[in-house]
Amino acid sequence: MHSFSRNLQQRAAVVLAGLALFALAGLVFSGMTGSVVIPLADMPAAFVDLLHGEKSTLAATLLDLRVNRAATAFITGAALSLAGVMMQALLRNPLADPYVLGISAGASVGALAALMLMCAAWMVDAAAFAGAVAVSMMLYLLARRDLRGGTAADGGTALLLLTGVILSSACMALVTLMLSIAPDSRLRSMVFWMIGDMAGAPLRWMPCVVLVAALVFAVRNARAMNVMALHAEAAATLGIRVGALRRGLFFVSGLLTASAVTTAGSIGFVGLIVPHACRFAVGPDHRLLIPAATLAGGTYLMLADTLARTIIAPEQLPVGVITALVGAPVFLYQLHRLRK
Amino acid sequence: MMIRTHQLCLHIGQRRLIEKLDWQVRAGECWSVIGRNGAGKSTLLRTLAGLRPADSGTVAIQDRALPDWPLAELARQRAFLAQSRSDAFAYTVIETVLSARHPYHDNRYWEGSDDHAIAIRALASMEVADLAQRDVRTLSGGERQRVAIAAMLAQDTPLLLLDEPANALDLAHQVSVMTLLARLCREQGKTVVMIGHDLTLAHSVSTHALLLRGDGRWLAGAKNDVMRADILGDYLGHPIDIIQHGHRSIFIPTEEIL
Repeated sequence: MHSFSRNLQQRAAVVLAGLALFALAGLVFSGMTGSVVIPLADMPAAFVDLLHGEKSTLAATLLDLRVNRAATAFITGAALSLAGVMMQALLRNPLADPYVLGISAGASVGALAALMLMCAAWMVDAAAFAGAVAVSMMLYLLARRDLRGGTAADGGTALLLLTGVILSSACMALVTLMLSIAPDSRLRSMVFWMIGDMAGAPLRWMPCVVLVAALVFAVRNARAMNVMALHAEAAATLGIRVGALRRGLFFVSGLLTASAVTTAGSIGFVGLIVPHACRFAVGPDHRLLIPAATLAGGTYLMLADTLARTIIAPEQLPVGVITALVGAPVFLYQLHRLRK
Repeated sequence: MMIRTHQLCLHIGQRRLIEKLDWQVRAGECWSVIGRNGAGKSTLLRTLAGLRPADSGTVAIQDRALPDWPLAELARQRAFLAQSRSDAFAYTVIETVLSARHPYHDNRYWEGSDDHAIAIRALASMEVADLAQRDVRTLSGGERQRVAIAAMLAQDTPLLLLDEPANALDLAHQVSVMTLLARLCREQGKTVVMIGHDLTLAHSVSTHALLLRGDGRWLAGAKNDVMRADILGDYLGHPIDIIQHGHRSIFIPTEEIL
């Protein structure tokens, strides 16, 4: 009996250490692979060169490019996965995902509108964020009655998903509209933004800051998220400020989605299948799930991106193609199983 | 005074459910709330739990108005059992019960072994300790209900508000759960307010009853004063017969003559 809580902590530590090691291994692997393979033996030297800011050798130059790209993929994947966990806890539905529910599409609408109006870069980010939050608010308002009625687990799922699909297609229609009326001078940047993959994405600080801040918020609220996932509205009787927590989750998951979408365009299903796999492996307790899904999501997108740039090298695929090809069947399988 | 309502009015849309309820519940009392469907029983209980604001009038728990309580502190005073629940995630039974310990540690990330001991005791008192590691989504309705009541007991509050605790329970467990609640009142001075439709069971375990007619009218008092055939017949909209069996009163609906 005495060792019970210690067991939980040890398990969490082991799981997280394992995932962190795996992420590191993934980083090394993606640094090695590509059209020119860097042998494992050359890696330490190249890493040392890189740390000293010397990019004289071929290995160091390649590594610089690849590690930057891998780190960007990691941050993006981690943000999407964490946003998925938060949306799922918020809506009490394991199928909630920023992409499936149209939140990524909302961010696209915001960003493209800002690009079309020739706004500054920071305004593009802000507009993407506003779009993401607007769609998640709309989802919440439309699905609110079902959430409260406690039918979210069965009857509400279909309604929520349908609502998301409709919102998503409405957003895509707006995107198409904007692309068709945009002046030629803006079109190029808009299209590039839309396709968005890891290729052109430089490593930026903003997404890292957003991710770390969101992770801190999520871990601090992990216990409360457990209570809310279990008790919905009645979590208030256990001392949870349900309204404040919901607003926080909305805001932060919208911010994460917007930051991921601005970095890399719409990448689908990461927020769905990574949390699902993590829940299956480590259980639904958010205290462990949140850091685990963040690490696993980052690693997943990093490896998917490595695959995307090597599978038909020297041609490169947008990483969203890989995640969608993996994600769609997993999603369908999950939906099918949930209905039973 | 555990609960005191003053001129409490509850409305749903245009309908008046309860008008000017002046009601006092002392510590150690066990109340049954009785009324037909839609009479406002759950609405009243949700108001007492602080999940819904009063339309007018006030509710005080332990002589402190409900809005004046900090949520976390209030969560150590009263527990609430919702009428229905849905489980979206594969939490284990023990995790659901441990979550009820939330109000006791703001600063801890993991529960301690004391919480675990309390949770196991609560499960044992509901005869579901053997289910501790099961996924809550695989439980039967009655098992899930007993796990929910166990979580409530683990919250360890002086006031328990239960919306149809006997829901989905088999006969034996209906009796054992109700007897346990009555014993908590008698021996530990806890206060219970519960909703139930089984008049015989309510009469045998409760000390008091609150009748709601659904049109604003209400009647509160000791069970033998208010659970009378004529009054119950009026409040429930169907004539009731009371049969004395030893020291027990059996409540049955009068047979309709076709």
